Amino acid sequence: MVAATALAEIDAHLAAGAALDIEQVSHAFDIDGAEVPVLSDVSISVEPGEFVALLGPSGCGKSTLLRLVAGLDKPRSGTLREDEARITRPYPSRVVVFQDPTLFPWRTVWDNVALGLEAQGILKSQRHRVDAALDLVGLASFRNAYPHQLSGGMAQRVALARALVNDPKILILDEPLGKLDSLTRITMQAELVSLWQRKGFTTLLVTHDAEEALVLANRVIVFSDRPARVKADIRVDRPYPRHRGDPYLADLRRQILGLLGLDATW
Amino acid sequence: MSTYSLSDGLASGAPRLSRAPLLTSWVRESGVGILASVAWIAFGLSCLWWEDVGDWSRTHSLGIAAFVIAAVALFGTVGADYLGSAGRALRQRAPWLVVLGVVLTLWEVATAKFAWLPLPFFPPPQSIIEVYTDDLPKLLDSVLASVKLQLGGYLIGATVGFLTGVSIGWSRAVGYWVHPVLRFIGPLPATAWLPIAFFTFPSSWSASTFLIALATGFPVTVLTWSGVASVSNAYYDVARTLGAKPSFLVLKVAIPAALPHVFVGLFMGLGSSFAVLVVAEMIGVKAGLGWYLQWAQGWAAYANMYAALIVMSLLCSGAITLLFSIRDRLLVWQKGTVKW
Repeated sequence: MVAATALAEIDAHLAAGAALDIEQVSHAFDIDGAEVPVLSDVSISVEPGEFVALLGPSGCGKSTLLRLVAGLDKPRSGTLREDEARITRPYPSRVVVFQDPTLFPWRTVWDNVALGLEAQGILKSQRHRVDAALDLVGLASFRNAYPHQLSGGMAQRVALARALVNDPKILILDEPLGKLDSLTRITMQAELVSLWQRKGFTTLLVTHDAEEALVLANRVIVFSDRPARVKADIRVDRPYPRHRGDPYLADLRRQILGLLGLDATW
Repeated sequence: MSTYSLSDGLASGAPRLSRAPLLTSWVRESGVGILASVAWIAFGLSCLWWEDVGDWSRTHSLGIAAFVIAAVALFGTVGADYLGSAGRALRQRAPWLVVLGVVLTLWEVATAKFAWLPLPFFPPPQSIIEVYTDDLPKLLDSVLASVKLQLGGYLIGATVGFLTGVSIGWSRAVGYWVHPVLRFIGPLPATAWLPIAFFTFPSSWSASTFLIALATGFPVTVLTWSGVASVSNAYYDVARTLGAKPSFLVLKVAIPAALPHVFVGLFMGLGSSFAVLVVAEMIGVKAGLGWYLQWAQGWAAYANMYAALIVMSLLCSGAITLLFSIRDRLLVWQKGTVKW
């Protein structure tokens, strides 16, 4: 499905993953004058090229952590570093794919993918990268379509292409598959793994699906309820492609669900 | 989503109709067109049959023209299959042609022939035609003056309104200063400024331009502002993580996202600026269709007033059609996401 030349194009720009250091980060929101803590003393050190899944109860502050990593918000205390450089603002080496594709409805698919290059003022000389990214997610034939003409899975693929065209060193995924139907979801999980393996970027994935975390990541970090604290840091030492029925993964899954307080159900 | 109902069955009941005589389907397709032709023949006859009660020079020509239209309607209907899209368009508009023919006949009979309606106030159709042929230069001058004044004021008002709207939608500081002023001045009808404007501005033309710009500017400002303010933060987040600078966020995110609102503002501004235009022309400016109306009233030239009114409504609806077609072109991406 993916043209070999397109791959070569992308690989020419290949940027290996960056290291990410989250050091004693705490954060809080002001809601009606009251301070609501969301992150409490979170420290995570991510190796270059690692695929880390962040798992935790709904509303525990995982997404807030991602916004801090992206540089969209500043933490109340603590520091975040990308390859030793302090993160203070958004930068296209750290690109986020959100739960909603958030494609710009007034732009065609191609123009949506071109957004990052255009914003950085390098689109004119780098147009081929947009085509290559669209090839990569298999949507080259939809380049002139408008977002409302796409299915949910296709829209999320475009959002992925829009992120990948920037050759991020850290790809930040905020439940990107959360709203897809289960079949599309499984397909896209496999695509994510192969993209990650091919390009070597560091990946941070927020999910509330333990199975998804175990199939995709080589490290799963489990958070407590709000304010989020790191409750467990689990290595998943299994080769890819992983099998959903793998008893090793099933065992880990039971452990994780236990950590999340769901052991009674399983 | 489709539901099957009895009427669907009747409309597509081809097997039952196949045995029906060809005549029925012919009458159904062409009947209205033929009726239109008959209505226009009636109009032509009503012009020529009786003597006019007044002295109008175009009665005869109008009658002939009515017959020509009747003939076009007839042949167009009969030969619609050979005329392609023109034939289809004619068939589609045939019911309106019938109504027009009937109304014109009644109008002709009620005014020029039997004077059922009091005469100088209700001129017959031929006297309006007479205005268009005999007073054309003055009418054209008025149209030109109105269009120039309206276009200038509208473009200034729309531009200033758009820029103000974007600024207050984007910048808190600008909003702090401009918002109260807008709240205070905006709801005031622009015509209330008329007396002041006419003695503070150097010319009545600049005063009217200002008033039209004011009437246009307020709705454009408010709707542009609300459009920019209602853009979802998610779009800005996406653009920022992709490396967008503030100028990109304004030009490529805020403005395109606000554009549907902006067009509502432009539409509302167009409507209120028409009102100001006519009032300004009636009171201060010595040119334009509003002035022409006023002038005609002064001379009790009622046919001229109706003639000017018809031209005015054509211009206004033309302007709105133009605005809509620009919108359709710019907002083509909305097709399919909203009810068009």
